[in-house]
Amino acid sequence: MEQQLEQLKQEALQKIEAAASVKELNDVRVAYLGKKGPITDLLKGMGKLPADERPKMGALVNVVRETVTTSLEEKMELLEQQAVNEKLEKETIDISLPGRPVKLGNHHPLTRVVEEIEDFFISMGYEVAEGPEVEQDYYNFEALNLPKGHPARDMQDSFYITEDVLLRTHTSPVQARTMASKKGEPIKIICPGKVYRRDSDDATHSHQFTQIEGLVVGEDIRMSDLKGTLALFAKKMFGEEREIRLRPSFFPFTEPSVEMDISCFKCGGSGCNVCKKTGWIEILGAGMVHPNVLKMAGYDPEVFTGFAFGMGPERIAMLKYGVEDIRHFFTNDMRFLSQFNRTEV
Amino acid sequence: MYVSTKWLENYVDTKGIAPADLAEKITRAGIEVDTIIDRSEGLTNIVVGHVESCEKHPEADKLNICQVNIGEETVQIICGAPNVAAGQNIIAALPGAKLPGGIKIKKAKLRGEVSNGMICSLQELGVEGKTVAKAYAEGIYVLPADAKPGTDALSFLGLDDVILEFDLTPNRSDALSMLGVAYEVGAILSEDVKLPKIEYTASNEKAEDVLTLKVEAKEDNPMYVAKVVKNLKVAESPLWLQNYLMAAGVRPHNNVVDITNFVLLEYGQPLHAFDYDRLATKEIVVRHAVEGEKMTTLDDVERTLHADQLVITNGKEPVALAGVMGGANSEVHDGTTTVVIESAYFAPASVRKTSKDVGLRSDASTRFEKGVDPNRVAEAAERAAQLMAELAGGEVLAGSVQFDELDKESVRILLSPDYVNQRLGMKIPMDEMVSILGRLQIPVEAANGQLVVDAPTRRQDLRIREDLIEEIARLYGYDEIPMTLPIGESVPGGLNSFQEKRRLVRRFMESAGLYQAITYSLTSRAESQSFALETAPVTELLMPMSEDRSILRQSLLPHLLDATTYNVARRIDTVSLYETGSVFLGTQEDGLPKEVGHVAAVITGKWVDHAWQQENKKVDFFVMKGIVEGLMDTLGLTDKVTYAKATHDGLHPGRTADILLDGAVVGVLGQLHPTEQKKHDLKETYVMEMNLAMLLAESAEALVYAQVPRYPSMSRDIALVVSKDEAAGSLMDIIQEAGGKLLKDVAVFDLYEGDKVEEGTKSLAFSLTYFDPERTLTDEEVVTRHDKVLAALKEKSGAVLRG
Repeated sequence: MEQQLEQLKQEALQKIEAAASVKELNDVRVAYLGKKGPITDLLKGMGKLPADERPKMGALVNVVRETVTTSLEEKMELLEQQAVNEKLEKETIDISLPGRPVKLGNHHPLTRVVEEIEDFFISMGYEVAEGPEVEQDYYNFEALNLPKGHPARDMQDSFYITEDVLLRTHTSPVQARTMASKKGEPIKIICPGKVYRRDSDDATHSHQFTQIEGLVVGEDIRMSDLKGTLALFAKKMFGEEREIRLRPSFFPFTEPSVEMDISCFKCGGSGCNVCKKTGWIEILGAGMVHPNVLKMAGYDPEVFTGFAFGMGPERIAMLKYGVEDIRHFFTNDMRFLSQFNRTEV
Repeated sequence: MYVSTKWLENYVDTKGIAPADLAEKITRAGIEVDTIIDRSEGLTNIVVGHVESCEKHPEADKLNICQVNIGEETVQIICGAPNVAAGQNIIAALPGAKLPGGIKIKKAKLRGEVSNGMICSLQELGVEGKTVAKAYAEGIYVLPADAKPGTDALSFLGLDDVILEFDLTPNRSDALSMLGVAYEVGAILSEDVKLPKIEYTASNEKAEDVLTLKVEAKEDNPMYVAKVVKNLKVAESPLWLQNYLMAAGVRPHNNVVDITNFVLLEYGQPLHAFDYDRLATKEIVVRHAVEGEKMTTLDDVERTLHADQLVITNGKEPVALAGVMGGANSEVHDGTTTVVIESAYFAPASVRKTSKDVGLRSDASTRFEKGVDPNRVAEAAERAAQLMAELAGGEVLAGSVQFDELDKESVRILLSPDYVNQRLGMKIPMDEMVSILGRLQIPVEAANGQLVVDAPTRRQDLRIREDLIEEIARLYGYDEIPMTLPIGESVPGGLNSFQEKRRLVRRFMESAGLYQAITYSLTSRAESQSFALETAPVTELLMPMSEDRSILRQSLLPHLLDATTYNVARRIDTVSLYETGSVFLGTQEDGLPKEVGHVAAVITGKWVDHAWQQENKKVDFFVMKGIVEGLMDTLGLTDKVTYAKATHDGLHPGRTADILLDGAVVGVLGQLHPTEQKKHDLKETYVMEMNLAMLLAESAEALVYAQVPRYPSMSRDIALVVSKDEAAGSLMDIIQEAGGKLLKDVAVFDLYEGDKVEEGTKSLAFSLTYFDPERTLTDEEVVTRHDKVLAALKEKSGAVLRG
């Protein structure tokens, strides 16, 4: 009987070895370990053995059964693995094919510039102030030290609605309105918005464009504060290495008035086509709030001083992104708009 | 303002500083030098030539064969200019010469005749045509007799000069004169200004003997000076004078006119010269025009005058439009022998208005408009008289005829150095401030720690302390200002809730696949109210530049549709744009229209497009509705929003819905009407516009988390057959109501309209989810509730389960 057992074991192991599929292996399992299989038969036949041989034989049969079972399991795992591998092989795809696009739009480049500027100044404690695009002559001009008949009004030919109402020519009336409403309180605001001037649209002019201005009013605000603020802004917006320089200029609502240049971000100052070989790029106008403007808004210019600055997001976007024609911003060509979809950080 | 550096040297020593460096210094100190024009750039081998003979070319009518003495030799040059003649001194460009525009002169043969160069016009040397004297405008330039053949023609013509073009800000009208520029440059370089010396011998005869003056409009003309010069000879001006004028962009005419222009450029004081004999009345009367009065100005245009316009008259009729342009009737001509020089102060506002009304801006009017220096009015007249004596052989009558009630006082400003330093955030010593003001030739005295400054009348931009702070700072150098940040309480900055939510709306629209557009606010009358959610009287420009941009929009859609058409016309078939911006409605109490923030969107083309997986789906109503629903969800408004079938002009009557917030219409969404689609050259296009202000005014509820379900939910799917007109929305309402609290969710998952259901009906399938957060529901409970739902559906809409 021992011999018989050994033979059975060898047979089973060979068949396991030979099994090429899960099904074949299952057949082997049923054939040898099933209820009608030889091992079960042997176990059933144990009763016929003398009592003293039973434990020994029982142990032997169990060993054989365990050996066969283990072998079966091992083989099963192997075959399953093979089956999985074959399946995976069949499932292989061409990973070079393009993915399913995520449908996304993006900000208009002007909004991108405006929000970047807003966020910098918000981080410096500024609030965002907005005002009407159709303005009273008073806020657009008079409150800003530009009385009727002032020669500087020539600088910005305007679209009038009535004699006293016009499309605002700059976002400065928002400053005038804020000062008038905050009478006596310190102010730190940034004012973005659409403005309008009587210009024929061409590559560098647009009858509608965008401005963003800032205003700080408080006790003892100095011109050095303006310079320090603008220098930080220039670095944030155009890169850590940017230097700034101030040049005297003129705006009726500030005195002194300056224009700010930044060292060219393309060539670093050595001269290129972006900075027209000067190494510097004009970015914004600024100045100390004119005492008349403070007075008209109810601030005592002996106590309060302030600074203001203003810039054109179109110009900044044109410089930053190399856009050559201002009309692109208002044509809304999808091939233009969709280019402003990624970070630059 | 064009500043010839050669001319400037007469008034201030620029110490040999290269023009580009000088320009940089001037710019950094406050006057922007826009361009630097090197007049001799690219010009070589150009000499004075003398035409010894000039004969017609035998083979060509229009060509002349000239023998030209160029110093050491005489060469043959063929010339096509109509005005070339023997005996002239001319400009000869010899072989090897370079001219502007990259032209190189070579020895050549013209119709068989050798030409050793070219006889040039001034334009060919790069001089602007409009500044060339009329006599030479159409031909070669003829040099004066004293020009020596063979010598460099460029220096003779003053072309060895660099011009600085100033971009003057409106406050610096003082630099609209060579002397003003000299003061500025002198201050920058710490150099003195050399003023012209005015010396001449006056005749015994007095001006007042031959001329009387009456000023009837004192307000608009507080000062008038007239000088008389007789026995002069009108001729071409000396070349140096013509050269200066051309450098400044002014065309030379004759010596009398040129002198008035020269003095205008030198002093910034406009002058006018009348022909004394043509005045005829020996009298000058300054008055306002009689309404409807006519006069012909120097440009031969007859003008009808208005009562607010100031005129110079001979006592009978106007002879000049004061400060703007002279009259043709008193113009100096070749035969003029006696001249009246007018130097006056005309009120800026008056000249500004007149010049604007008649549409004439001249070198004179731009200066009067800004206010000329009261202290130079008389001096400029003397300077012109001197030059007419020197250059036109005139005899200057003694004295002048004058009216003078003009305030010529300088403005006194008291300034404390501490105030200056406090405003600048600097520590400039007081003596440095005194020195800077001294360099600017601004009288200043230091007394008791204060600066007493007398701002000269030539600098009308200096009125208050801040003006002087700027003068001190700009010459001390803005580079010296330190960098600090405002001191004081710091408050948190930020966006207000509208601004914050508007950013949220933009982000959502972009994450939904739409690109942000920015279109024009101005539109045409026809489009101003198209698609408007609400119409009100339009806001219209007084003087539009074109009909297309004449009225402010009341809807964002027309321009968004134009942008869509623009893209589709360029074969971009799928367009998805949105815009946030204002519309303008009616007029409020303050005279301004009500500005209301809107958001609008347009989609056309494909929405899903994944070619290699053969997936593509066109946009439809529900894509746009999904965007609106998503936006409402983002804003926390879903529960307050409903949709109602609606009709709107320009939209498809069967595919349009009003969007309601708490029952009030906040917007519209729908398909563009096929006629509109055709009009815009668009295929199926869907649009949406909402009142953003109304949407964002609504505040969302606080966000409190609902427990993640611990008990399972149960789903039941039903397919109903209903009448074709039955709205899914109302069926869902019925289901919701009947389902009560246990019904957590109901969703449409199929819509079928076709052969397999009875005509006039459709099949709608819903998935219902039952759930109780407190426990697991039993089958029985769900069945009972579900049956109630089915019963309600049958009762209220006649819906039956699809067999």
